Amino acid sequence: MDTLVAQYSRPMFEKENNYDEDQMDLYNPAPSMSLKFAMPPIAQPSAWLRAATDDHANPDCPIKIAHGTTTLAFRFQGGIIVATDSRATAGNWIASQTVKKVIEINSCLLGTMAGGAADCQYWLAYLGMQCRLYELRHHRRISVAAASKILANLVYSYKGRGLSMGTMCAGVTPSEGPALYYIDSDGTRLAGNMFCVGSGQTFAYGVLDAEYSYDLSEEEALALGSRSILAATHRDAYSGGFINLYHVKEDGWVKHGFNDTNPIFWKTKLEKGEFSNVTSEMV
Amino acid sequence: MEVLLGITGKDFTLIAASKAAMRGATVLKAADDKTRSLNKHTLMAFSGEAGDTIQFAEYIQANAQLYSMRNGIDLSPSAVANFVRGELASSLRSRKPYNVNLLLGGVDPITLKPSLYWLDYLASLAPLPYAAHGYAQYYCLSILDKHHHPDIDYEQGLKILRMCTDELKRRLPIDFKGMLVKVITKDGIKEVEYNDDARVACP
Repeated sequence: MDTLVAQYSRPMFEKENNYDEDQMDLYNPAPSMSLKFAMPPIAQPSAWLRAATDDHANPDCPIKIAHGTTTLAFRFQGGIIVATDSRATAGNWIASQTVKKVIEINSCLLGTMAGGAADCQYWLAYLGMQCRLYELRHHRRISVAAASKILANLVYSYKGRGLSMGTMCAGVTPSEGPALYYIDSDGTRLAGNMFCVGSGQTFAYGVLDAEYSYDLSEEEALALGSRSILAATHRDAYSGGFINLYHVKEDGWVKHGFNDTNPIFWKTKLEKGEFSNVTSEMV
Repeated sequence: MEVLLGITGKDFTLIAASKAAMRGATVLKAADDKTRSLNKHTLMAFSGEAGDTIQFAEYIQANAQLYSMRNGIDLSPSAVANFVRGELASSLRSRKPYNVNLLLGGVDPITLKPSLYWLDYLASLAPLPYAAHGYAQYYCLSILDKHHHPDIDYEQGLKILRMCTDELKRRLPIDFKGMLVKVITKDGIKEVEYNDDARVACP
């Protein structure tokens, strides 16, 4: 009898049976098959990497990793503002002034890059791929929580092997509303209302904290995001170039330009009288 | 993690210094005064290595006061600043240099112009409209870049200072036990009643 029942009945919660698969994606973040990396044939790859790249202790190290950035994102009444600079530096060398540090994962999800340029570019592109696969498998868009967790688990699986990244995932989904997550290469993953990441973070926090409120209007929020990046590009040598500005709304993100900081700085100084420490007087 | 801040305005210079005296992981005193008045119109705030700071500050104070006694007139803030810079420069080239960073605020008793000088242990001297030392630079300079104007009045100056100290309370990982604030005007140096009790939450 039992065998007969088993033959004709279906397990409970059958509709949720791809839940397991879903969970497995989160538990097994290490990329399979094609994504196997060759590691140097030594006991501690990360120590070797540090020896080859740590240019503070060893200025003529063979590899200079591109570092240094200012990125910010904050939640407010009208959604999420995401803003970044666009400078890439390798040691004291400005490698590029036109880097896209916001990656568009899909029409509702954005990621930001800070830290090692290659690590961020590669793994955020990989995250984009995983999010698209999720969409194809489950016929719905991935939540920001899940997307950020794929990345967090992924970088955690590489912990101690020298990854260097500080990223934010910002997006809107019907289930979560506007959501913002901070993920770094230590494996930290935090949900929050406001994050600034990178060497210029403190300068951006300074301007942002002083005038931030959840009830900011859209226009005020965009201006504050842009002004915070400007503050950081002014004081942090490793930030500069262009201000890349995004607004994540309920029906997806909207780009608000990729604008050169130099004219914006002089406009701000001359029209609003800010940056009064910049003078033409010689001392 | 010592905090020094300085802001000039239309007719005043504000100097603020954190009240915590720390050694290693211990707060030894929570109402420390990291300032010395050099003469009627000049105030110096200092941070740096324990011992060096007060030794150096009091050495400068004694010399500034000696000058006033001998000549019957005070050194102007700019004269004091250049004197201090000279002392730091020769100390830097001695066997044991003073490891001291300073802010020197004053109002010139003749021209009535407020001034602020930023000095560090490498004997750099920079006259600035606003200045900070230590980690405070990272958080406060961007605020001051945005909100400071050379012709602000005293109330606006205090308001900007409040923005700075609130940000430090919000983001610095160590409690610096609030700020001691002093203002220099043409009438001399005065301590400002500065309420530090309000907690500032991190958003």
